Amino acid sequence: MTQSEFLSIVMPFKDKVFRLAKRLLVSREEAEDATQEVLLKLWSNKSNIENYKNVEAFSMTMTKNFCLDKLKSKQAQNLKIVHSNYKDHNVALQKQVELSDSMQWVAKIIEELPEQQKLVVQLRDIEQYDYDEIAKMLDMNPTAVRVALSRARKVIREKLTKTHNYGVK
Amino acid sequence: MVLNNIEDLLEKYENGETTLQEEAQLKTYFSQDTVAPHLEHYKTIFGYFMVNQQETFTKDVPLNTKKQFNFKWLSVAAVAVLMVGIYFNLPSKEDNITEADRIAYNQAKSYLELVSKTLNKGTAQVNYLGALNKAGTQVDYLKEMENPIGRILKINNQ
Repeated sequence: MTQSEFLSIVMPFKDKVFRLAKRLLVSREEAEDATQEVLLKLWSNKSNIENYKNVEAFSMTMTKNFCLDKLKSKQAQNLKIVHSNYKDHNVALQKQVELSDSMQWVAKIIEELPEQQKLVVQLRDIEQYDYDEIAKMLDMNPTAVRVALSRARKVIREKLTKTHNYGVK
Repeated sequence: MVLNNIEDLLEKYENGETTLQEEAQLKTYFSQDTVAPHLEHYKTIFGYFMVNQQETFTKDVPLNTKKQFNFKWLSVAAVAVLMVGIYFNLPSKEDNITEADRIAYNQAKSYLELVSKTLNKGTAQVNYLGALNKAGTQVDYLKEMENPIGRILKINNQ
């Protein structure tokens, strides 16, 4: 397989891979690294690529697993110290300013969701995949995907109305 | 679009029952400038989804087409070189013996045989020298003489 053939396969979904990685890893740089890693893995296994039924779904699964692994290793490194036990009142003010844009709120709410719901929201509401495709990518059954999605959507709406009301009152 | 319809769709949406087309309908509705005020917050949600769809991956991915050098083959090559070297350095046994060498060898062998034959003749002639040894043992009894002489000397000293 030549480079251009590979690129023609990968190009259509590389942004989706990146956005999924960013949803999970939050930081843009880390998401870029993860995407690069996933694409390089695909490239080094290019001789097998014809055997995959659905390269896109396969890559999304790969991305999901890669990012979750990364998150796990990060938790082991205990990098969460800033969020868990250190509170600075100035930071709260700064954050308020930062998040004044309500779109940032949505991002923040999604960030707080459990990983599975995060993945489902990303794949359905942003990447607009079929339920069946999502089920395949995440190795769940379609009903479970619907349930997770419905929960996530409700949580997003509830939290957002709350913050809106705080803003008004 | 009728507001009722949208509200129905939103309920279905929250239960995870909408199809992709229906979700697209919702997205187009909420991308309008004015929406029903009690649904205002959905605008941000769908707006966020729309914005996020635009995000792209810009980093270059270095795809090296050159095959990476495989160190496995280096060891294979080293073993091959080693074996060839050992093969050429081994003392070769029969390959290099020519007819001329064989003749020279046989000649040398016959000369050496001749030398050893004449030597054997010489030693046979010297063989009677063994008789001397025999004579030597026969003369040994002369030692007995020394004993009486010693005794005589002792007597003299007293």
